[in-house]
Amino acid sequence: MLLTIEGLTKAYPGVVANDDVSFSVAEGEVHALLGENGAGKSTLVKMIYGLVKPDAGHMTLRGAAYEPAEPRAARAAGVAMVFQHFSLFEALDVAENVALGMEKPPRPRELAQRIRAVSEEYGLPLDPSRLVGDLSAGERQRVEIIRCLLQDPKLLIMDEPTSVLTPQEVEILFETLRKLSAEGTAILYISHKLEEIRALCDGATILRRGKVVATCTPREKSARELAEMMVGQTLTPPERGTRAPGEVVLGVAGLSVASPNPFGTSLKNVGFDVRAGEVLGIAGVAGNGQDELLLALSGELRSDAGAVVLKGKPVGTLGPEGRRAAGLVSGPEERLGHAAAPEMSLTENALLSGRVRRALVKSGFIDWKKTKGFAEEIVKDFDVRTPGVDVAARALSGGNLQKFVIGREILQDPAVIVVNQPTWGVDAAAAAAIRQALIDLAAKGAAVVVISQDLDELLEVADRFAALNEGRLSAPRPVQGLTVEEIGLMMGGAHDMEVAHVEA
Amino acid sequence: MLRLEKRPMPSRFWTAVTPVLAVILTMVAGGILFALLGKPPVEAIRVIFWDPLFGANNFYTLPQMLVKAGPLILIAIGLSLGFRAGIWNIGAEGQYIMGAICGAAVALAFYPAEHWYIFPLMVIAGALGGWIWAMIPAVLKIKFGTNEILVSLMLVYVAENILSWVSFGPLRNPQGYGFPGSRNLQQYPSAHNADLIPNTGLHWGVVAAFLAVIGAYVLLNRHILGYQIRVAGQAPRAARFAGVSPSRLFAFCLGTSGALAGLAGLFEVAGPSGQLSPDFNVGYGFTAIIVAFLGRLHPVGILLAGFLMALTYIGGELAQLSLNLPSAAIQAFQGMLLFFLLAFDLLSNYRVRWKEHAAKEIAK
Amino acid sequence: MMIGGIDIVVLIATLMVASTPILLAATGELVAEKSGVLNLGVEGMMIMGAICGFIAAVHTDSPALGFLAAAAGGIAMSLIFALLTQLLLSNQVATGLALTLFGLGLSSLVGQGYNGVKPPPSPDVNLGPLEQIPVIGDILFRHDWMVYVSLGLVAATWAVLRYTRAGLILRAVGENHDAAHALGYRVRLVRTLALAYGGACAGLGGAYISLVRVPQWSDGMTAGSGWIALAIVVFASWRPWRVLLGAYIFGGVTVLQLRLQAAGIAIPVQLLSMAPYLVTILVLVIMSARRGRAAMGAPASLGRIFHASS
Repeated sequence: MLLTIEGLTKAYPGVVANDDVSFSVAEGEVHALLGENGAGKSTLVKMIYGLVKPDAGHMTLRGAAYEPAEPRAARAAGVAMVFQHFSLFEALDVAENVALGMEKPPRPRELAQRIRAVSEEYGLPLDPSRLVGDLSAGERQRVEIIRCLLQDPKLLIMDEPTSVLTPQEVEILFETLRKLSAEGTAILYISHKLEEIRALCDGATILRRGKVVATCTPREKSARELAEMMVGQTLTPPERGTRAPGEVVLGVAGLSVASPNPFGTSLKNVGFDVRAGEVLGIAGVAGNGQDELLLALSGELRSDAGAVVLKGKPVGTLGPEGRRAAGLVSGPEERLGHAAAPEMSLTENALLSGRVRRALVKSGFIDWKKTKGFAEEIVKDFDVRTPGVDVAARALSGGNLQKFVIGREILQDPAVIVVNQPTWGVDAAAAAAIRQALIDLAAKGAAVVVISQDLDELLEVADRFAALNEGRLSAPRPVQGLTVEEIGLMMGGAHDMEVAHVEA
Repeated sequence: MLRLEKRPMPSRFWTAVTPVLAVILTMVAGGILFALLGKPPVEAIRVIFWDPLFGANNFYTLPQMLVKAGPLILIAIGLSLGFRAGIWNIGAEGQYIMGAICGAAVALAFYPAEHWYIFPLMVIAGALGGWIWAMIPAVLKIKFGTNEILVSLMLVYVAENILSWVSFGPLRNPQGYGFPGSRNLQQYPSAHNADLIPNTGLHWGVVAAFLAVIGAYVLLNRHILGYQIRVAGQAPRAARFAGVSPSRLFAFCLGTSGALAGLAGLFEVAGPSGQLSPDFNVGYGFTAIIVAFLGRLHPVGILLAGFLMALTYIGGELAQLSLNLPSAAIQAFQGMLLFFLLAFDLLSNYRVRWKEHAAKEIAK
Repeated sequence: MMIGGIDIVVLIATLMVASTPILLAATGELVAEKSGVLNLGVEGMMIMGAICGFIAAVHTDSPALGFLAAAAGGIAMSLIFALLTQLLLSNQVATGLALTLFGLGLSSLVGQGYNGVKPPPSPDVNLGPLEQIPVIGDILFRHDWMVYVSLGLVAATWAVLRYTRAGLILRAVGENHDAAHALGYRVRLVRTLALAYGGACAGLGGAYISLVRVPQWSDGMTAGSGWIALAIVVFASWRPWRVLLGAYIFGGVTVLQLRLQAAGIAIPVQLLSMAPYLVTILVLVIMSARRGRAAMGAPASLGRIFHASS
């Protein structure tokens, strides 16, 4: 056994993130750590990587006691990690980023050569002198992987690595990982994507609410069985009736806007129509213009008047309040800080976007009673678990806050709703509720645009499907009959990744 | 080991208690500082904090507290709006000076005519002077994204130079025997901002300060603009999502704080100070920053903090006389007060725990 | 070489002296900001450096010990700031302002009784034959040693930030403190050290005013130099050599207006005295108008509070 974990426990205020967790990983094994959001996967790997100290339990690595006091110690022991939210520095170049993750980096020239060599070898081409901020999400991940590979790790931890890749890129990554495993490197693979785990992993440990609930060989289980072990209940996919789409409500044509973020992606000539009663799903790998598209539709970024047309009226030059008045509401990706003000109460947050359509302000003065009523309505209708509406937004769990934010928009009875990553980082039950609510809203005649990086989610809720790639939107196609292969190509295919050159 | 846990909600208890704690600790630390400098610590603290209120001369010092608290509160209320929105106007001192110059210039232009409308015109000119001076950083920020902290501060030095120039040049009292400084407005009835009730220190500036407290309270709690200010400060992206225009907010907050600082300057020059002179300004614009923070950026808090700061000013003057403390000692004192306050802020937003203990309690 | 009654050689030579305090303070602040901390207390650290250096130099009769004490005073001030912002997670803008107010007050308290005292002189370095080079010798090689120390610090700061691992870690911490933490770097330690360096430099800069440039002690004698140093860091887009350029431009304007005053030009003295501040504003506006490039230099975590939640 390479790594053995016994009785690891870690508690945070209000939650036990890991409770008596035990499992082991053999040399060269690809081991999955499976669980839904909030099951304790991240805390567990942070303990293995020395970022968090366990309250109880112990680990052994290659037979010796293993207690990394800090990531440096973990790296010295041969443990490397690819983070979900990258541990990269945008204003530094690739070589500098790699050097920061190494204990004793070689001289710059030598390092650049080694980066080139290793990246070629594993089919992850990278230019050491480029600024990381200018790289795509997939390329950034390569930087992280190469940083790990340069240290000859015995155990490579990967936290949700495929969320930033197209299906084609996932295939290539898997080839690389299989080669690594054949060379004797063990991989601890964290994910909640069941098909991936079935395709790649030799063993799996399933976590639910901080506890190990099962260990299995994923190839021998169906995705459904895995899902039930992970969630602990049977999940029903959202119900949707057949409906005939109505008039075009939202028309976007020739929408080009520059990104407000220095390392962001500008939109280039984006165009699509959405009809009443229809759900348009927009896929894409992170950082291909999703944020900018949401901003341009919500009104936080302005464009030419005619680039965004709402019910026949050009609204491109209107701000968020003007567009809300005209019937367009939105739900940004980032819950805390964008869709909601973290330190403010739910009542105050209800006012954030509900002001116009719910008439909460009269001649400049706020009707707090009515606003509170609105907040209470959202809490009740969308089953938001909270002690009350006077609680600060950041005190709510991710799933509950997301239900509040989406509920706030839906209850404004909009003609169009645009949401970005509506179920990101949300537990399965809340995610299902949110998807159902969006479908129900469409059934009532609203036009719905769902921007998401979760393909399964889009295939579940969308009628038509388009993909963003480097700020350009593919032509929308009906979801029915679309293959994963085709979706991947719409998202940009393999970009410039290639299959690893190393012979197994 | 100690560790910090972010509270789900800021603690109301600690938010209210920390200013008091900070004041007490400042007294202790200040006492130590005075002892190190060879001054009697207990006596110094008594002279600064007790004598102005209950000392033998309080018939003089109590009205003086109103006189000092008025401008501090007026300026701090304006600053607090910006600070809440994350807009850092730290050039109130310059806006205060410009308000005084503009107001006094209007008065001197009419001198020696007596009209009822002179004083109202001065008030408008004072507010306008401060407003314009504050709109410079606002416009530069909106148009070019220039850092408002540095620009507003640089403009303090510019204003000080203008003040010195007008006191020696254009606005110098022609009958002043060549001394720098303008005519004394206290001797010009139409322009004099006299005590509304004699010998109480209650002049129009104090009234304006009280009105500003009430106005700010209503704005922040009831009005959408106040709400927008709060959102913009706490979560700028959420504010944009709500449709708040950062430029308009910038212009409003900087403009308002500038106008209020200008008013404070005008009331001062037309009242307690009486004339423009090169050393007319005494740092109210900077002390008001401390007042704003000490008052938790809350209108009522600022009212109380303004009086506390006024107390230390008067106490400082008394200590200067009786203990030969330099006038700037009080500034060190005020800086310390702000340090302690900022340090204790931690307690409102975080829970401090022993690591072991915390973990065990949860694991149960 | 005379232009309009002003000797250009003397002007440039005095410009270097006039710029040195700001150059020192700005170099230190650049390092602090590169690590992601905005310390608005530069003015307070400078004035404390000015008085600490002054007192130490007067009592030991040694300018060198004076400068040492000034650096120590600046460091002590910066550590107060570090304690508050790094350990107690206070707001950096407010804490910086407090540091400045505190420094101004404390220095005048401590400096009571030193008004009018003369500090020991800091003689020019004897560079032998170099001084004899025409024009260049007069401009470059007839200064006291702090002028050369300040230039050396700029060069050292540039080299360390650019070529060493310590510099790389510092930049990484300033760029993304969460990522740096995830990789196992000690964000707060790095920042505290950077702040201390900033404090030491500011202290030296302050002492240069009280020991060399003026040289005597008076309350609030730094007169906004600390704030100008902050502006110069922005102007320089966080690049050391451009800090040098900015400081010398500012020093040039200061010296020029002093010369114009002396030359008896028909502009009121006070209007000339505001020139440096107006130039600083102008420079800030020009820099921020060219937003794209200026933004590239700004550390992404500048001014953000770091609290490792796990």
